Amino acid sequence: MSKKFFDPLSGVHVPHRKNTAGMEPVRMPPPKSVVIPTVMHIGAPAKPIVKAGDKVEVGQLIAESGGFISAPIHASVSGTVKKVEDIVLSNGRNAPAVFIESDGEMRPYSGITKPEINSLSDLAEAVRASGIVGLGGAGFPTSVKLAIKDIDQAEYFLINGAECEPYITSDTRTMLDFTDLVERGVRRISEFLKPKAVYIGIENNKPKSIAKLKRRFEDDPHIIVKALPPVYPQGGEKVLIYNTVGRVVPEGKLPLDVGVIIMNVTTLANIENYIETGMPLVEKIITVDGSAVREPKNIIAPIGTRIRDIIDFCGGFMEEPGKLLYGGPMMGIAMPDLDAPVLKNTNALLAFNKKDSEVPEETPCIRCGNCVNHCPMRLNPPAIAKAFNMGDGAALYKQRVNLCMECGACAFVCPAHQRIVQRHKLAKVMLRNWQNSQKGDKA
Amino acid sequence: MEQKENNNLVVSVSPHINSGRSTRGVMLDVIIALCPALIAGTVIFGWRSLLVVAVCVASCLAGEALFSLITKRKQTVGDLSAIVTGMILGLNLPASIGVFPAVVGSLFAIIVVKCLFGGLGKNIANPAAAARVFMLLAFSNAMGSVAAVKVVPDTVASPTPLALFKTGELASLPKLTDMLLGLRGGAIGETCAIALLIGFVYLMIRKVISWHTPVVYIGTVFLLSWLIYKDAGLALYQVLSGGLLIGAIFMATDYVTTPTSNLGKAVFGLGCALLTVLIRKFGSYPEGVSFSILLMNLLSNYIDKLTRRKPLGEVKA
Repeated sequence: MSKKFFDPLSGVHVPHRKNTAGMEPVRMPPPKSVVIPTVMHIGAPAKPIVKAGDKVEVGQLIAESGGFISAPIHASVSGTVKKVEDIVLSNGRNAPAVFIESDGEMRPYSGITKPEINSLSDLAEAVRASGIVGLGGAGFPTSVKLAIKDIDQAEYFLINGAECEPYITSDTRTMLDFTDLVERGVRRISEFLKPKAVYIGIENNKPKSIAKLKRRFEDDPHIIVKALPPVYPQGGEKVLIYNTVGRVVPEGKLPLDVGVIIMNVTTLANIENYIETGMPLVEKIITVDGSAVREPKNIIAPIGTRIRDIIDFCGGFMEEPGKLLYGGPMMGIAMPDLDAPVLKNTNALLAFNKKDSEVPEETPCIRCGNCVNHCPMRLNPPAIAKAFNMGDGAALYKQRVNLCMECGACAFVCPAHQRIVQRHKLAKVMLRNWQNSQKGDKA
Repeated sequence: MEQKENNNLVVSVSPHINSGRSTRGVMLDVIIALCPALIAGTVIFGWRSLLVVAVCVASCLAGEALFSLITKRKQTVGDLSAIVTGMILGLNLPASIGVFPAVVGSLFAIIVVKCLFGGLGKNIANPAAAARVFMLLAFSNAMGSVAAVKVVPDTVASPTPLALFKTGELASLPKLTDMLLGLRGGAIGETCAIALLIGFVYLMIRKVISWHTPVVYIGTVFLLSWLIYKDAGLALYQVLSGGLLIGAIFMATDYVTTPTSNLGKAVFGLGCALLTVLIRKFGSYPEGVSFSILLMNLLSNYIDKLTRRKPLGEVKA
């Protein structure tokens, strides 16, 4: 504990812009059609099991899990499968997607059954079947986290409600509007994990969420709702672990290796929902905001709804959009296409006007050290840049560019507007190639 | 997917917002922070001070513009860094300096020390510090002459406090209030401690610089001088004399030529302080701030390496 006091992690103060924090999520009317990609998670693509012409219902399995690190995918509307065809994903790769034409009835799948859970492995199996992935944005299949061999390993159970990205309030709304699900979920999963303590980490710019959850857990001293300073990236997994239980996750290891199970609060609420109703992950709370959106709001949309339909539901564009983001402005992905669908791990959809979309000119690094002194992982971006420019894999390893979580704190504070995150993404690939070539030499 | 229209959406890498700070903005802040010293220098040493600084700024701007033109590089004077170099160099010169040495010094700073090394961000030495040292060697007499304090009537040029320290005439040292106000011999911008401290506070508030280098630099000089002269008062004179304040606040905090991490900045300040005290005490020159900063500039890269922070979760292979 003292460690985090004497050796605190750096971060940056980003504007909060939580304009939609007070807006209860509104359920969207069913869209005419949805596009559900088979890749909405980290790991192997799911395998489609439907074909054109098949009738599907809400919650029906349409693609099965492609491996241990993978997740199954379910229909988010009732209707008819139009086709199964490759689409281009936001990372530039192709993957099959299931196109479903909605009949507008949103009929739940007749085969929905509540899972029976008597043990931790039952829980992991249920989460696996639910198709739930890390909804904080990472999209890591949640069942993998719960596949614990030794129950004593899980000393701490951490719930991530930090929501440190500007604009996004979907976790805030989950905590406020689905408090019962969150409460029962925390208690249920804790029963199986038997941790020493449960921490619910929330940035202190969400006083209502903090107060509400604190009241719910007053009776249990082991469940601690912790208000955290709003320093970005407070919600980064390794940052939150450090700031709550004072532990460092070593490189190449998982939180469980230091005794921690960590889960986003919306992920948790969805697990509880699946356990109580048997309905898999088919819809998402999404914050729709940004300077080009006429009526910013929180919505509940079926997964696979096209961006265009969501924007239309939010009053359309107020101005011509310059940039469209999946997620927040710090780590969000810019989308080139209004017909792209929202994914399982999409927690916000932001559209900015032309002015807010301008990309500042990149000027030479003046070695001001802002990036160095603000990096939560204590990396050295100028040294990484030097190693990258020289194509020096050994130096990139020495600088541990592999530890970069691409939070963007460095680029946010850079007065030269250097594309530091882009460089780090490329440097990671360079490092991997170098490491593979080293392995080849030894073999 | 089915149909594609040309929607002109920008696709760029995250983050999509920034702190709003730019290189130009940083330079503008430094220029603003230098203004109190420029005003004080003009009041103390007369209108000629303004002329000297103006000549330096104009020469630096022209030098960089010409260099970019001749080498067919992108024009960079818009980043305002040449103005900062010109101002700092000008403030480091005596008001009595001729136009010719001022122009030559400025061109040396901008072309030899900065542009030839690749321009802003690439230079190894602080242009103003290097040019000042170059001018000390090339124009020894002009640089050594001390302009009279104009603001107080009937004063004649007197040796600088550091020269008095060298010759042991401690009894002739100016009053402490005069030292704070800058009513003593010296370069245009280095004498008025109050003006320089106003600049320091401004840079701190604007978060352009961190406290590490100036506080460690000035603090260490004070402590070491106290040890040497066994008198806190004399140690204070050492701090207020020569170019220590302008050097510690404006030159040792130059981003490009100093370490990047806060610990590195502190080490840099410590090294500068040791060298400054050694040169002042044992060197043949009375002042050693520019020399110290220049020498430490060469070590910046190594300080950065030595003060490397352990990445969070690093596992040694």
